[in-house]
Amino acid sequence: MSTTVLRKDSTAPTDPAPAGPPAEPRARGGAGAAVGQIALYVLLAVVALAVLLPFIWMLISSVKDDRDVFTVPIQWIPEEFKWENFTTIWTRVPFAAYLGNSFLLSIVITFLQVLTGSFAAYGFAKMRFPGRDLLFTGYIATIAVPWQAYMVPQYVIMQKFGLVNSYTSLILLQAFGAFGVFLMRQFYLTIPDEISEAARLDGLTEYGIWARIVLPLSKPALASLALLTFVNTWNDYMGPFIYLTDNRLWTVQLGLRAFIGQYDAESAMIMTGSVLSLAPVLAVFLLGQRYFVRGIATTGVKG
Amino acid sequence: MSAVAPPVTEQPSGGASAAHQAAQKRRRRRNLLVGWSFILPNFVGFAALTLVPVIGALAISFTDWDSYSTPKWAGLDNFQRLWNDSNFWAALQNTLYYAAGHIPLTLVVSLGLAVLLNQKLRGVHVLRTAFFFPYITSLVAVAVVWNMLLSPESGPVNQFLTFLGIDDPPGWTSSQDWAMPALIITSVWRDMGYYMVLFLAGLQTVPAELYEAARMDGAGAWQRFWHVTLPGLRPTTFFVTVMITVSSFKVFDLVQVMTEGGPGRSTLVLSQLIFREGITQGRFGYASAVSLMLFLICLVITVIQFRMQRRSER
Repeated sequence: MSTTVLRKDSTAPTDPAPAGPPAEPRARGGAGAAVGQIALYVLLAVVALAVLLPFIWMLISSVKDDRDVFTVPIQWIPEEFKWENFTTIWTRVPFAAYLGNSFLLSIVITFLQVLTGSFAAYGFAKMRFPGRDLLFTGYIATIAVPWQAYMVPQYVIMQKFGLVNSYTSLILLQAFGAFGVFLMRQFYLTIPDEISEAARLDGLTEYGIWARIVLPLSKPALASLALLTFVNTWNDYMGPFIYLTDNRLWTVQLGLRAFIGQYDAESAMIMTGSVLSLAPVLAVFLLGQRYFVRGIATTGVKG
Repeated sequence: MSAVAPPVTEQPSGGASAAHQAAQKRRRRRNLLVGWSFILPNFVGFAALTLVPVIGALAISFTDWDSYSTPKWAGLDNFQRLWNDSNFWAALQNTLYYAAGHIPLTLVVSLGLAVLLNQKLRGVHVLRTAFFFPYITSLVAVAVVWNMLLSPESGPVNQFLTFLGIDDPPGWTSSQDWAMPALIITSVWRDMGYYMVLFLAGLQTVPAELYEAARMDGAGAWQRFWHVTLPGLRPTTFFVTVMITVSSFKVFDLVQVMTEGGPGRSTLVLSQLIFREGITQGRFGYASAVSLMLFLICLVITVIQFRMQRRSER
């Protein structure tokens, strides 16, 4: 159908198809195409710059003097670089402690999420037993329920068990999520069943197959899940905000937020803190970018 | 999917004997036990902290319960109160406003970026990373930076607008009229990279031959986009739309950190109302009633979108 529509306005099909279709559509041949290409590059460069501008501005402001942050017009290159912002901030706020807390929480939660998630996913993807599909539907369904819709009962449960203002509450809330199960199951489904059947014939138990065959095969998926979980936990604001009242337990996000409230006028220092809060996540992201993006692409479900 | 039950080596003699049946039964029971043992460690946590609270929210919404008293059955009292609560209507209206801005903008921007970045260009990976980068940053940092960028007096954005000749640039987060647009702009900036990745994954599934055929028919870039890319992307677009929609109805962190619902209550959203009533004030029953509303809205929208999707496929 649609081809006739297209053919109608085909005035001169000038270029015949070359041997072997190119992988992606692309303007081809002639000066017009070259100009188009350049225009596209310029457009993309401008958009990319615009998208990154907030970060650039943040970085520059983090080494400025407080009064130079909001000058008119903007100083894109500071008159003097105040590198000492990055040393003084540690004495102003217990930033090191906050960073340590964030690391602790993120690592524990990531470890548990990956461990229990990949274990459960094996049951859902590679075992057959009555009730399996119904149970899995329950998992999927809760992914679609907004967290805000059940955060109050969650809070009540934690309160009853006296776990508010402790890491236990946050760990329990985030380590057993349905998301990890879902992501790992998606991946396990792509592993051919023949492999595990052969292992069964060789006498491996189901646990052995999970530990010695499926787990090693799913390293990319494990990396995806680990990175997504780590970044999500690191960046989480509301969880710690609701559950952690004690300053000593605070994560970087809470510390940063409080710092802003307290030292409103110290714009440069606030930017310094923001840069420090982003640095670990940036490092993790750049190291495992491939897995990160793949994890999102295969599930498309937010953690 | 093939059956995963461990295959027994076929016994050539005998046929389906009673012993064979018993063995099969034993195997099935074993499978059930082993299968559950895999799921159990995750399920215990999941059931206690997700499944039970989801059902609990529904039950609590019909009770009169604050953090001190024991729950009392209240029937529809909470919902009646909701009906008369101007905060609820304001929050509902603000949430709809946010969604009306956030959904189409994010959809168009992320799709546009994906199509542009799906080409074979040198350095395309660097660009993809650049566009994706805002998504991995923390909301607190994002809120801080954008609040400063948008500051009404001498923030870079308003400096730029003045430079463009706009004499009276908006007050952004300090103005009742502009706070919500400020939130929408920030959220689109932050989320577009995430949905761009989903669209890029979807674009990989559009067969290259279709583009080739369209090109041979003389279709220009725009026609190819309209007649090949968009139809080919339909499942992805549907999925992404559902996700953006649900995520925009539960917007919370960004608002809490950037504006705290203000100025006035101009950016108070539903999930914030739940937080305030439930966790800050300890009115569990009432907060759960608001939760139920939020849940119903998300459910209705998802169902409508599924219906529309099915109709368009016919």
